[in-house]
Amino acid sequence: MTMAAEPEVGKGRLRKEDARLITGRTRWTDNISLPGMLHMAVLRSPMAHARITNIDASEARQAPGVLAVVTGADVADEQGSLPCAWPITEDMKTPNAPSMAVDQVNFAGEVVAAVVARSAAEAQDALEGIDVDYEDLPVVLDLQEAIADDADLVHPDLGTNKSATWIFDSAEAGTGGNVDEAIAGAEVTVERTFRQQRLIPAFMEPRSVVVDPTGEQTTMWSATQIPHILRLMLAMTLNVPEHKVRVIAPDVGGGFGGKLQVTPEEVITFLLARKLGRPVKYTETRTESLASAHHGRDQLQKLTIAARRDGTVTGLKVELLADMGAYLRLVTPGVPILGAFMYNAIYKIPAYHFACTNVFTTKTPTDAYRGAGRPEATFAIERMMDELATELGMDPLEVREKNWIKHEEFPYTTVSTLTYDSGNYEAATARAKELFDYDGLRREQAERRQRGDTVQLGIGISTFTEMCGLAPSRVLGSLSYGAGGWEYGAIRMLPTGKVEVITGSSAHGQGHETAWSQIVADKLGVPFEDIEVLHGDTQSSPRGLDTYGSRSLTVGAMAVLSAADKVIEKAKPIAAHMMECSPDDLEFSGGKFTVRGTDTSTGIADVALAVFAAHDLPDGVEPSLDSDATYDPENFSFPHGTHLCAAEVDTETGQVRLRSYVAVDDVGKVVNPLIVEGQVHGGLVQGIAQALFEEAVYDESGTLMTGTLADYLVPSAADMPSFTTDRTETPSTTNALGVKGVGEAGTIASTPAVVNAIVDAIRHMGVNDVEMPCTPMRVWQAIQGGAQSAAGLGAEPGGGMGSIDPEGGAR
Amino acid sequence: MIPAEFDYVAPATVDDAVRALADAGEEAKVIAGGQSLIPVLRMRLAAPTKLIDLGKIAELRGVREDGDALVIGAMTSHYDVMRDPLIGEHAKLIAVTTSTVADPQVRHRGTFGGSLAHADPAGDLAAPALALDVEMVAHGMDGKRTIPASEFFVDYFTTALRPGELLTEVRVPKYTGWHAHYEKFNRVAQAWSIVGVAAAVQVEGHTIKQARVGLTNMSSVPVRAGGVERALIGQEATPEAIKTAAEHALEGTMPVADGNADIAYREHLAKVLTSRAVTAACR
Repeated sequence: MTMAAEPEVGKGRLRKEDARLITGRTRWTDNISLPGMLHMAVLRSPMAHARITNIDASEARQAPGVLAVVTGADVADEQGSLPCAWPITEDMKTPNAPSMAVDQVNFAGEVVAAVVARSAAEAQDALEGIDVDYEDLPVVLDLQEAIADDADLVHPDLGTNKSATWIFDSAEAGTGGNVDEAIAGAEVTVERTFRQQRLIPAFMEPRSVVVDPTGEQTTMWSATQIPHILRLMLAMTLNVPEHKVRVIAPDVGGGFGGKLQVTPEEVITFLLARKLGRPVKYTETRTESLASAHHGRDQLQKLTIAARRDGTVTGLKVELLADMGAYLRLVTPGVPILGAFMYNAIYKIPAYHFACTNVFTTKTPTDAYRGAGRPEATFAIERMMDELATELGMDPLEVREKNWIKHEEFPYTTVSTLTYDSGNYEAATARAKELFDYDGLRREQAERRQRGDTVQLGIGISTFTEMCGLAPSRVLGSLSYGAGGWEYGAIRMLPTGKVEVITGSSAHGQGHETAWSQIVADKLGVPFEDIEVLHGDTQSSPRGLDTYGSRSLTVGAMAVLSAADKVIEKAKPIAAHMMECSPDDLEFSGGKFTVRGTDTSTGIADVALAVFAAHDLPDGVEPSLDSDATYDPENFSFPHGTHLCAAEVDTETGQVRLRSYVAVDDVGKVVNPLIVEGQVHGGLVQGIAQALFEEAVYDESGTLMTGTLADYLVPSAADMPSFTTDRTETPSTTNALGVKGVGEAGTIASTPAVVNAIVDAIRHMGVNDVEMPCTPMRVWQAIQGGAQSAAGLGAEPGGGMGSIDPEGGAR
Repeated sequence: MIPAEFDYVAPATVDDAVRALADAGEEAKVIAGGQSLIPVLRMRLAAPTKLIDLGKIAELRGVREDGDALVIGAMTSHYDVMRDPLIGEHAKLIAVTTSTVADPQVRHRGTFGGSLAHADPAGDLAAPALALDVEMVAHGMDGKRTIPASEFFVDYFTTALRPGELLTEVRVPKYTGWHAHYEKFNRVAQAWSIVGVAAAVQVEGHTIKQARVGLTNMSSVPVRAGGVERALIGQEATPEAIKTAAEHALEGTMPVADGNADIAYREHLAKVLTSRAVTAACR
């Protein structure tokens, strides 16, 4: 090899994973089948809030094929309390969180009993033989009513529905001024309340778990994002020795934060497998998944922005109510708090106050969902910038530009204490405007208004940033998070020169195997094809903090890179010994150690083979090149971008059609543009889905009305415009590759762009907000000047059940 | 998502199917394409003891001409209906409506007769069937009878089919040379109609000679918009005339509120979409 190989990093390689995933030639948890394996089904409460007065499972116990029926009372002593790793305040109220309800249910969908049978069908059939008597308790559904003085309580023993209140104030922190003074002295103030509707992660693969207790270690396969955390939490929750548990996340079909959880079903399956001494499998149905897997968002956001007449923002006050649902799951209380750092977004805001009260309701617990806290914040501030521009009679892009951090001002420490390492909002915005034909569309908008066209055009803007790459361990510590934010990586050099990369990141659709191979191929100078990436098994990948918060590349890959550096350092004295020179005379490039100034070289594969033989190594050198590393990031990563959306609103029907969508993202250096493109597209769709389609709706008795995918409207490609995407590249200065996260950016950015476009289209008709999702009926009612909080999906009892015929179809 | 246990038979002829249905009694269900029944079974909203699958009955598939009518076999898939040349020529409204049903997967499995017999008020095919005055041919142990579309749809998910009867054929009068459009309004592509309007018109020059209009999801059964039809006949096909005629769209409707639309909005949509459907058909 005389020519330097073309670098792998930057190549739009097809993903290594795709052939097996697309053809189904893989192992999802649900298609794992073990000798003697049993099947579990669970009975869930149809009641949102009730006391369990009696459970009669005698018929189920007699049902064919049934080996065990357990209720909460049967496992009360051993099930522990599901973990919450993020006590945001010292006085946070945390209810006991049983995996199986013992004497009270607090949301519809909570597990009350489980059956283990020889077949999945027998387990399912036997559920019908369990009779549960409930005594109604009052439901608690509305956030504002829940915190009233005379509110009914979800957990009477806590004495309140308020879990905690978390406050950041720039005057107190010394990072800025007093926001109340800024508001009092403002030339202009705008106040708005936005509702972040409740969403459901709706990952493609339902959750599934298999537990095999027959070995010395109990092995759990789970469709999880977090095998390492899960293992630790099982040990801590169930009091089993950590070294006796192995957790495997095989190929996992999406998560979006929804599988960042220690689930009741995982715990129950574990307990029952252990009790029966046989492998047990549980796979949820889609309806179970929608009802009981954790939800996302669900906040009421009140914002007050203060500004001067020239558009300069002088203060921002944010007051939130965040719906926890019935329990605090793994990071439930911290999700809205992550937003605290993002309301100031890309803007220089001199005074800032954030207060969030976390509230219990008798609904499914909320927790992380793609973006977790940052989409809520970004939505609110980007909506406010448009409202402020309207108030001032300025172009919304001009108001943004007036306030954003200039390229030459980086690194910039914000009012909420974060230091943004790099960014170029000017470049991304200029490129987006160019691709979008901003001026042309504004002209068309004016023409349509002029002639009173039935179809009005609106332009929506979102100049966003976000904090990802969770996270510097010290920062997490300062936020009382229960773990660090480091990641682990290792390299095993095989005797034939092939390479095994071990990562603590746990892929569930991201393409780690491809991206890590590209990075390591460049670093070690070995072919892309010669690298295997091992992940998701606590046995092969012994340490890790898993995948969420767009952390894999900016944290996980850095650990791998650092391990590769160590491999090279270990190989160097051996290569020198082989070539009879001094290690100091060697340089490493393209997979070869070359004696500086000569043609003499030795490939790293030759060194690997020499190490394997170990016949002739320098004195005191151990016969191994294998290395590992743990990387703790020094900062978050701050991708940003400018998204522009053109929406056509049919004013006769309220129907919204997205005409064009331009996303110019800056995610720093790009390892694989194809993967980045995929992340952006998927992210955009999920964010647009919040703006237009998705909402988890409960009726007045606390029953989820959107319990199937016929009612919970996940859009498809047919509902989307063709996206125009491009990138600017402002490398991160805080990691070796200059990369930033991309997993959540599209979702964070797109929701406000769409809603801003809709409001912009019909603002001249007297509309200044439409509640999400912006359904045709809501848009139409807004145009009619009807109630702003117009009845949404499922507001009518019986609404939302689409056309599933309860009588059973054709007759 | 495991259905309760049931027996399954797949007869090869209509006679065998009718006999199987009679033998099985009330607790049996007939399965055509299964696009509505299978979800109901999997969610255990129904637990029939026996399924009688019509999928093996060759005589129930296909479209043929019979004098002044077309005969569409009940088990003809949506996909086959959409691209059938006879339907395209003589009953275009059925073809264009069928092309809006759900998504390609459903259209390959779902059947014309199954959809009509399911009688979902949000299903798209009943409105054009009603508007075009089709006839349903039913087979039972007592032989065969014909039910006009105007009598077939009785209530939510309820038809005039008697216990033990199978819908085997649909006879469609020929509307050769008519123009047609189905205006479907929903939130995502594969969703059911919030409101749908099926319109077929015969236009000579610029004058509407005949019109047939049916509404989806504006009552527990499809609604024939007779008032609109009468108001259209003899009118010039201008947007104003059509819009005026569409003001009659609510006659005979009895819409309900659901998560996607309250009554006022649904009524508003019916008028707007009727106007659009007729306008598009006239084009």
